[in-house]
Amino acid sequence: MTLVNEPVNRDQQKKKYCRFKKNGIKYIDYKNADFLLAFVNEQGKLLPRRLTGTSLKYQKKVAQAVKRARHIALLPYVTDSLK
Amino acid sequence: MLKNYETVFILTPVLSDDQMKDAVGKYESLLTEAGAEIINKEMWGLKKLAYPIIHKSTGFYNLIEFKADPTVVSTLEVEFKRDEKIMRFLTVALDKHALAYNEKRRSGAFNKKKKEKAS
Repeated sequence: MTLVNEPVNRDQQKKKYCRFKKNGIKYIDYKNADFLLAFVNEQGKLLPRRLTGTSLKYQKKVAQAVKRARHIALLPYVTDSLK
Repeated sequence: MLKNYETVFILTPVLSDDQMKDAVGKYESLLTEAGAEIINKEMWGLKKLAYPIIHKSTGFYNLIEFKADPTVVSTLEVEFKRDEKIMRFLTVALDKHALAYNEKRRSGAFNKKKKEKAS
């Protein structure tokens, strides 16, 4: 029995923002593995935009940087305990 | 028209030190002969790989940032493919933001903490 008059806007409180636009970051370096760890979950998979809140333009740059980092073995393709 | 490129390549760890040096030197001389201008060279040394490449779990990382004609890159990559000491390589074209970033990185604008904020 759900509470009828319960305001369900909890996730609106912390407004997600694109950290690249906010900090004015223009280039995402694929060599900087520990910075890219923020965009990858424990299994080494890319985090979706709805969780990280990044805009489409920078999410594509992040995805490309992570894939390049994986190619030169700075990031694993798949693992079970990354963080 | 000279474009900016950056290449990272990984050497097998079984080499002795001087073999490592002349392997890196070979590619630098190849680039300079082909008319490229080397902007920056970095040796990250022996690093642990995130996953084993040809059954090796460590590799000797090198970075060369250079300005060259687009045709030079293909000859460089053929050499990389031919050389069995190279485990893996990645050549990337740099745009103006990447250049500005590399400039800041070289000038040490990043210290430990401000790495992701100030890039």
